[in-house]
Amino acid sequence: MCGIVGLFLKNPGLHPELGFHLAAMLGVMSDRGPDSAGFAVYGSSQADHVKLTLRAASAVEIREAVATTLGKAGAGDLDAVFHDTHAVVSVPLAREQEVRLLIARDGRVTLVGVGARMELFKEVGLPEQVAKRFELSGMSGTHGIGHTRMATESAVTTRGAHPFSTGKDQCLVHNGSLSNHCGVRRFLSREGLTFETDNDSEVAAGFLTWRMQQGASLEQALTDSLADLDGFFTFVVGTESGFAVLRDPISCKPAVMAETDDYVAFGSEYRALAVLPNAGKARVFEPVPARVYAWELR
Amino acid sequence: MRSVDLEESSVRELNGELHRLTPETNETRWVIEHPQGKHAIACGLDAPVTVEVKGHVGYYCAGMNKHATIVIDGNAGVGVAENMISGEVRVKGDASQAAGATGVGGLLVIEGNASARCGISMKGIDIVVKGSIGPMSAFMAQAGTLVVFGDAGEALGDSIYEARLFVRGSVASLGADCIEKPLSDEDKVILLRVLDRAGLSAGSDGFRLYGSARKLYHFHVDNVDAY
Repeated sequence: MCGIVGLFLKNPGLHPELGFHLAAMLGVMSDRGPDSAGFAVYGSSQADHVKLTLRAASAVEIREAVATTLGKAGAGDLDAVFHDTHAVVSVPLAREQEVRLLIARDGRVTLVGVGARMELFKEVGLPEQVAKRFELSGMSGTHGIGHTRMATESAVTTRGAHPFSTGKDQCLVHNGSLSNHCGVRRFLSREGLTFETDNDSEVAAGFLTWRMQQGASLEQALTDSLADLDGFFTFVVGTESGFAVLRDPISCKPAVMAETDDYVAFGSEYRALAVLPNAGKARVFEPVPARVYAWELR
Repeated sequence: MRSVDLEESSVRELNGELHRLTPETNETRWVIEHPQGKHAIACGLDAPVTVEVKGHVGYYCAGMNKHATIVIDGNAGVGVAENMISGEVRVKGDASQAAGATGVGGLLVIEGNASARCGISMKGIDIVVKGSIGPMSAFMAQAGTLVVFGDAGEALGDSIYEARLFVRGSVASLGADCIEKPLSDEDKVILLRVLDRAGLSAGSDGFRLYGSARKLYHFHVDNVDAY
C-alpha cells in the first residue's frame, strides 16, 4: 500500500515548523505503511558547501565511523550533525570528492543523499517512531517529502525505504509499482547512472535525474516519465527549489492535495492533510491523472 | 438531535450506535463533528434517519446504505456511498474515485466534481453530479442513471451493459461499446424524475444520452476465431 506526504511552504514564517508538520503527516500515514519510513527536508545551505547524509547500522557506529574515517584523513574539522543512525556532514565543495572516497572506503557507512540543501533520513520501524528518532519535528526548511512503507515485493530493509535520491538535491517518493523498471534501469546504467538497490522506485528517481542532467526542468522530466515509465505510480518529487506531483494516467494510487496562501501539501489520504494549520479552509483537490503539478521557490 | 464528535468517540462506536437504530427510532437526526478524513463513517445504516457529517470524510463513507439520508458537508474520499441499496447520500464538496460504485439503488448527489471511475459497476443507483466526472466513469455499468452537468473524462461507459448516462458538457471519449443514443421522451421522463428527486429544477435541455451498443456482451459468431 504505502503512504506518501509532501509539504511545500510558501510562507517563510512557517519554515521553522516544516519538520513539525511533516512529522505529524507521516504519523497519520502509519496505517498505510507501518514497516519503515523516510523523509527528506530542504533546509539551510552554506555557500560553497555540500551536505552529505550518511547512514550506519547504529547511532554509536555512525559517530565512530565519522570520527575515525574523517578524522584520520585530516577531515575531522568538518561539521557533522548526528540524528540517530544518520549524520549530516557539511563539506566544502573543493573537498567533496576526497570525502566521498573516504566514505566509500569505510564499509560501515552508506551515503544516503547529497545536496546543497537536502538532508535525507530513512529507517525501518513505525513511521511515528522513525520521525521521533531523527528528531524530524525540530527541523526547519522550505519543503520536504516523506514516505511510509508497506513492503509488498521486496524485503523490509532500510535500503528499500524511500525517499530515493539519485542526484544532488533530488529525491522521490513513490506509491505504486513499475512494471518496466528493469529495462529502464539497464538503459540508465548505460547512460552512466548507478543504482544502489533493485527497487523500482529508485529507477523512477534515476530517470528524472537523467532527464534533468540533460537540461530538462523538473516539470519536463516528469512529463517525459509518462511516456517511458510503465506501471502504477503517484510520485512526489523534491529538488533544491522545486516540489512536484504526478499520478499515472489511470490514477491507480490515491492522492489528495490542499493549498492555502501558506502552503501546498500532498497526502495519500486527506487524513494526512487534516493535521495542517487551517486545513479546513484549504482548497482541497485531487490531482488529475497524468498531469504534472509543480511549484518552485521564488 | 444527536451530536457525535469524532475527536471524542471512535468511528466504530459511532457506527455501532447507528447500526442499533430500529426503523421506529425517534433519534432521526444525527450530526457528526470533526470527521478529519476518517474512513468508513456512517457505513451500513439500515434506518430512516438523517446523518449530517460536518467536514471532509475519508474512504467508503456511507457505504452499503439502506434507508438513511447522509449529507457530507465537505469532500468525500474514495468509494463514497459504494454499494448503496436505498436512501440518499449527498456530498456538498467533491468526491474522490469510485463514487457510488456498485450501487443497487438509492440516490447519490455530488454537488462538486467526482474523480475517476464514478459509478463503476453501478447496478441501479441514480447518481447526479453537478460538476464534472473523471476518466473511466460508469465502467461496466449495469443499470441505473448517471447524470452529469459538467464534463466526462476519458472512456465514459467502457464495457457498459445497460444504464443511462446523461451528460450536459463534453465527453473526452467513449469507452468500448458505449455510444450516443437519441434522447427519447421516455429517457427525458427518467432524467427529469432523477433531477426532481435530487431537488434540482434543471430541465432536460442540453443533456445528451450515452448507453450500450449491446455488441460486447452478446457473443458474436464473427469473433469465434479470436478464441
